[in-house]
Amino acid sequence: MAPPSVRAGTLRHRLRRDRLLLLMVLPALVLLLIFNYVPLIGNIVAFQEYDPYIADNAFRAIGQSPWVGFEQFQRMVDDPLFWQSVRNTLAIFLIQLTLFFPIPVLLALFINSFVRHRVRAIAQAILFLPHFFSWVLVVTIFQQMFGGAGLVAQTLRDHGHGGFDLMTNPGLFKFLITFEIIWKDAGWGVIVFLAALAAVSTDLYEAAAMDGANRWRRMWHITLPALRPVVALLLVLQVGNALTVGFEQILLQRTAVGPTSAEVLDTYVWNVGIQNGDFSYAAAVGIIKGVFGLLLVLAANKFAHLLGEQGVYKR
Amino acid sequence: MSTLTGTTEGRFVRGRLRPAWEEEPSRAGLATKGVTLTLVCLAVIFPVWVVVVTSLSSVKTITETGGLVVIPKGITFVAYQELLSGGQVTRAATVSVGVTVVGTLFSMAVSVLCAYGLSRTGSVLHRPILVFLIATMFFGAGLIPTYLVVQGLGLTDTYLSLILPSALNVFNILVLRAFFMSTAQELIESARIDGAGDFRILWQIVMPLSRAVIAVITLFYAVGYWGAWFNASIYINDPDMLPLQNIMQQLVIKQTRPTGLAQAINTGHLSPLAIQMAVMVLALLPVAVLSPFVQRHFKQGMLTGAIKG
Repeated sequence: MAPPSVRAGTLRHRLRRDRLLLLMVLPALVLLLIFNYVPLIGNIVAFQEYDPYIADNAFRAIGQSPWVGFEQFQRMVDDPLFWQSVRNTLAIFLIQLTLFFPIPVLLALFINSFVRHRVRAIAQAILFLPHFFSWVLVVTIFQQMFGGAGLVAQTLRDHGHGGFDLMTNPGLFKFLITFEIIWKDAGWGVIVFLAALAAVSTDLYEAAAMDGANRWRRMWHITLPALRPVVALLLVLQVGNALTVGFEQILLQRTAVGPTSAEVLDTYVWNVGIQNGDFSYAAAVGIIKGVFGLLLVLAANKFAHLLGEQGVYKR
Repeated sequence: MSTLTGTTEGRFVRGRLRPAWEEEPSRAGLATKGVTLTLVCLAVIFPVWVVVVTSLSSVKTITETGGLVVIPKGITFVAYQELLSGGQVTRAATVSVGVTVVGTLFSMAVSVLCAYGLSRTGSVLHRPILVFLIATMFFGAGLIPTYLVVQGLGLTDTYLSLILPSALNVFNILVLRAFFMSTAQELIESARIDGAGDFRILWQIVMPLSRAVIAVITLFYAVGYWGAWFNASIYINDPDMLPLQNIMQQLVIKQTRPTGLAQAINTGHLSPLAIQMAVMVLALLPVAVLSPFVQRHFKQGMLTGAIKG
């Protein structure tokens, strides 16, 4: 607790007293201002027909580009590629929600069932590792395993079956990237659940066991309720992030399978803006994505509150 | 299994023994669990093993097995010697090490200072600054405007573009802050009465007491810089300035031949596959070596009441 005198005094006095603290915060504030808040204002290019070649510097170019109102936003309505990227984004989100989301919970319950501390520690050390691999590394590892020249294809070829290549298969792409995320992050996702499990008092289990509840009844009545708030929180975060599905991961593999199955909102913004130079339209798509993303966060939280859970922020 | 001695009041003793009230699992059940866990761990280790072994295999072994090598037949470091004797990959690795070291130090300095500056509830402007920070977690400014700002500041084709735009992670700052707030306030108060300034308190009291969380956050930042690919792909046009991840993408995903090694490959001295694998090993080595040291602190770094005050 802070001593009562901390809030006392005039603003000038407090500024003087805490000037060192303010000085310490300053570098972070400047960085956030330049790279988070200024770009937020930079979104005004979405209301322009931004021409990067009109001036030698992006700021001057924004100053000199003509204003076009909501024209860029209207373009989205009849842009089939935009809607395709919306569809892909939502499809990938749903696939990952059903196939990836439950795995860390199950894995945590599984690891937690081992009593030996050493077994758990070693298993965790191994399962955490891929979380720290870069996406380039994960994609290259998958390529070496499941690509046209990969280990699986190589083994199949030795046995007379040719033509296996998971990395360039557009139909399976959405499952491939889900598989990659499971490999990379399922082990890491376990941490939160293991912590929640460790917080459950053993007295509860003991009392339940004395009353004759078997292993499964104990899991159903004690373990799972203990995990409920964490699951709810992660679910809210996941839904709030629904429009952001693996940007770097997908960008790295986009050319291998083609944009029809791989283009998501983020890669579409990259392709339209950075690749093709249509900055204003790309920024407009980015704004729409940001606005709907924020709405999703708020809606998911509201839903969590309705179910009696806490969500990301308190009501 | 062994008899259940040593359980006091049915609790775990140093997390080792099964408590008395818990049913003994069947042998078959234990075996199934053991096998399953081993298979899950192998799913992670096996691909890494294949990559490492192939990178250490000779051209002859690779030709005989028809590609990737699972069972090592002799070890050679020729791929590493070629890659690290100057040229494209050596340069890229140097860039990556430089950016990671400088970037991590910068990120940590700014984050630790900011976290400490916000760790005293009731200090002036404490609330508004916190809101300013947390608000950035709810909106992303978007790729295009960020790109234009970096370009407008003249950072394209400089190493600063690989550090500054991604230097801060507000979540990390909040974790550090929560940790600093939990350090014994009496200790800080008595140091202040003894005349220690804020910088000294931070350096000599708060930081030594927060070693665990500082190790974790340092690792998070370092892993971020080391694994970063996207920023260099849009901000760096000069191929000589590209970091290792971008060179790895070119060599392995796009399958371009490494420059300067054509002769070694054509004379059969060097396998292009071993080169690819060796680059991948270079990328994973620092991470694989360092992260287990910090592992036991992850839980604190992830969960310390980040949303507090």
